[in-house]
Amino acid sequence: MNTGKVIGINGNMATVEFTDNISLNEVAYIILGDSRLKAEVIRVNGKEASLQVFEMTGGIKVGDQVEFTGELLSVELGPGLLGQVYDGLQNPLPQLAEKCGFFLQRGVYMNAIPDSSWEFTPSVKKGDIVRPGYSVGTVPEGIFSHRIMVPFGFSDGEYSVKKIAAAGSYTAREEIAVVTDSSGNDHSLSMVFTWPIKRAVTRYEERLKPVEPMITKIRIIDTFLPVARGGTFCIPGPFGAGKTVIQQTTSRNADVDIVIIAACGERAGEVVETLIEFPELTDPRTGKSLMERTIIICNTSSMPVAAREASVYTAVTIAEYYRQMGLNVLLLADSTSRWAQAMREMSGRLEEIPGEEAFPAYLESVIANFYERAGLVRLFDGNTGSVTIGGTVSPAGGNFEEPVTQATLKVVGAFHGLSRERSDARKYPAIHPLESWSKYTGIIDSKKTTFARDLLFRGEEVNQMMKVVGEEGTSLDDYIVYQKSEFLDSVYLQQDSFDPVDGSAPIERQKYTFDLVFTILHGSFKLSTKQETRNYFNQLRQRFLDLNSAEWNSDSFKSIEESLRGKIDEKLKANE
Amino acid sequence: MQKVYTKIESISGNVITVLAEGVRNGDLAVVSSRHGASLANIIRLKENVVSLQVFAGGRGVSTGDEVRFLGHPMQVSYTENLMGRVFDGSGKPRDAGPVLDENMIDIGGPSVNPAKRIVPKNMIRTGIPMIDVFNTLVESQKLPIFSVSGEPYNELLARIAMQAEVDIIVLGGMGLKYDDYLFFREELETSGAMNRAVFFVHTASDPTVECLLVPDISLAVAEQFALEGKKVLVLLTDMTNFADAMKEIAITMDQVPSNRGYPGDLYSSLAARYEKAVDFEGAGSVTILAVTTMPGDDVTHPVPDNTGYITEGQYYLKNGRIEPFGSLSRLKQQVNKETRDDHRSLMDGMIKLYASYKESMEKKSMGFQMSDWDIKLLKYGEMFEQQMMELTVNIPLEEALNLGWEILSSCFSPEESGMKTSLVMKYWPGKDKEDK
Repeated sequence: MNTGKVIGINGNMATVEFTDNISLNEVAYIILGDSRLKAEVIRVNGKEASLQVFEMTGGIKVGDQVEFTGELLSVELGPGLLGQVYDGLQNPLPQLAEKCGFFLQRGVYMNAIPDSSWEFTPSVKKGDIVRPGYSVGTVPEGIFSHRIMVPFGFSDGEYSVKKIAAAGSYTAREEIAVVTDSSGNDHSLSMVFTWPIKRAVTRYEERLKPVEPMITKIRIIDTFLPVARGGTFCIPGPFGAGKTVIQQTTSRNADVDIVIIAACGERAGEVVETLIEFPELTDPRTGKSLMERTIIICNTSSMPVAAREASVYTAVTIAEYYRQMGLNVLLLADSTSRWAQAMREMSGRLEEIPGEEAFPAYLESVIANFYERAGLVRLFDGNTGSVTIGGTVSPAGGNFEEPVTQATLKVVGAFHGLSRERSDARKYPAIHPLESWSKYTGIIDSKKTTFARDLLFRGEEVNQMMKVVGEEGTSLDDYIVYQKSEFLDSVYLQQDSFDPVDGSAPIERQKYTFDLVFTILHGSFKLSTKQETRNYFNQLRQRFLDLNSAEWNSDSFKSIEESLRGKIDEKLKANE
Repeated sequence: MQKVYTKIESISGNVITVLAEGVRNGDLAVVSSRHGASLANIIRLKENVVSLQVFAGGRGVSTGDEVRFLGHPMQVSYTENLMGRVFDGSGKPRDAGPVLDENMIDIGGPSVNPAKRIVPKNMIRTGIPMIDVFNTLVESQKLPIFSVSGEPYNELLARIAMQAEVDIIVLGGMGLKYDDYLFFREELETSGAMNRAVFFVHTASDPTVECLLVPDISLAVAEQFALEGKKVLVLLTDMTNFADAMKEIAITMDQVPSNRGYPGDLYSSLAARYEKAVDFEGAGSVTILAVTTMPGDDVTHPVPDNTGYITEGQYYLKNGRIEPFGSLSRLKQQVNKETRDDHRSLMDGMIKLYASYKESMEKKSMGFQMSDWDIKLLKYGEMFEQQMMELTVNIPLEEALNLGWEILSSCFSPEESGMKTSLVMKYWPGKDKEDK
């Protein structure tokens, strides 16, 4: 075994002297009495290597033994990942709790994938030619048909199937196939293999441009700031602006097959809410519990920092794995700022020359690399699969002019910026409709949404002006524009995520109600005074809010709609 | 390990280095100089160069002083005898009582497994309407009081400590003025709460390193009590001093500062302490109430800013009152549906009206004309501020809710109050008589 010894320790960084060859990002264990502390090589210099230790480093002394594994930091991939709760290094937390009790004991590592049995159905026969990433069979995992694939890490080239298990029940780590490479070497396959988390999986035919929208059932997002399947988006915002609530509603409602939640350096209490709620909630698409399509990677703020850095990679690697089965996967990372801070801490310990706000100079390229792992791909079998990545950003002081937000904005396709003013005014979701943007195509005709956005913009201008000259000094036309923009804001952009009906707006409902809103925004009205205008729009708003909380196409929906349309026709000029 | 080292290689601020072998990261040592002995802990190892931070500070340490390694990390005694006692940041008695050395436990222990946490569900009653009614404190919550220097935050902490229905109070004082320390002790002694309290106090004149230890030592003790089924309330004042102490040490250690001189791990370090707040299933709980003073009333200063991202809300103390805007208890939804059926509606309704009052005030100050509605709001705002917001008000939740209805009814008609008809029928003062 390749070994070394500790010659220095500073915070969570250990300096280790070694003799044989080692590689960057290789995993090593520091032997501390009975326990082994996991660490990763992050710099090599002469005969000294710097290791970031994924555990607390108290008790380590100079001269302690270090074992190098020769393996890069990897995750286990195979059936049984769905519904699990892992820490940043893919340790299953509930099982860890059974073993160690209330506290996270350091140096305890468990199998990420349980050794359970699966009903295997082969899809190849003896003599077939396969390549890395090709499927050799399937097992049912929940509602999905989980493909058992030739490990992505096999070197390129053709392999012929020498042996394939017959249909039947096998445990996850049992041999189910043997393939022979071109030089005649045999390789045994089980349902489980590993993949290094910092390398993107590229076992597909080609990457495609993301076009199809990923519905979140949040109106302001789907209508105005859409996200595409295989795209990326970010949600920066100050504390208390509702980042986590948006992430939680998205994780419940998003129209994807699998959701992976990476709780990275945030409060443990929020993860607990998800842990307790999700098994109770039913997935509207499948009727099963939401937990069956969810994986939680949770490295909360008080857990060791180095593992926090790994946690987002662990999450994205699992996402890519399910994408390889032709599924649409959504990865929600909360919060990427904590991940960037973990990098900053390590960079400081390595005594690298700091960049802006002491973040390392490579911050931008690391963030870009991470978001670039999202994408829509055409697989070898012609099917498509996607990974969509949404990350929250927690900028210091709520100021978006800081390195993490700016680096993120450069690479994402949609920006949902939360504003302190909107959240203070209890306008939820607090996404700022004018500052935010999206490069993807949504579900509604862009001419109409552009019109609505312009109106919001003009309404805001009138509002600013009114603060100076008062209502008295504003023209009636301007005042109507202002009322229209306020109307759009309160009945469409704002949405009560705790209301059972309003909380999630399906696509057909959004299209329908947006048309209704548009009629009002676009129409001209017979209104002669500001008082009359205000009252009229208040009445419209009240009816529309009632409509929003009425069950889609129910009797009450229809009667409210009728009364609303009556109210519109009352003042709408005929020729419009 | 009893080997004594007598050659100190370097002394820089509170950090000294010695050449030693076989010592473990994080372990303690005793540095004996002619000014007395002090504890020190190992913060960095590089081959045989051992860096230690000296709790009593580097001042007066001589290159020829003795360093003796103890072979264990920082510990604190955990026994029933802690009750009513006062210690300094390194665990030495500050009162006349004996040194405690039984049942020593490590401080700064591992984090709780998120899979073992439960959703908090019990309210902590404080008798302060702005907390009980509007931003309820919940068992196992971590909540800072954001405040400017000069505000009565320590008085507020002392009041909550005395009135809160908890089993044990742990006070961690960091950079506390000596007067404030005496104030806390007097208050708790007079009220009789001292026999269920333990103090770990670092005063402004004590060595900086001891300040760093206060949260860990306080929380380690609190955690042990909680594991034994006790409801523990930890009061930490002032976390900004703790962050400043971290900054001082980081700079002495030549660490690259990130934001306004604070080290890059400020967030993680604060989170590691605050996340000790927990409700143990089948045992007790730790609730943390901390003071964070905001230099220059700037909430975007790194300390309050990072704190806000970690804690479950904040109380914003301004002009001697807990401001309804800016204050937030993220956990109040977990408890305020079960207190009384009017709690949530009254909370929302009164705040909305108070917000309208603020708008009317603005209009008034700009010289716009006051409508009848504005005049009603002005009356309401004044009553609200005097009867609800003043920190001297001390009434149980139910009385505070009744008072809320009193205030509403003396200013508005039921329709104007915006309260649900069913609640008006039940709680509007004089309503039941009127209808009969």
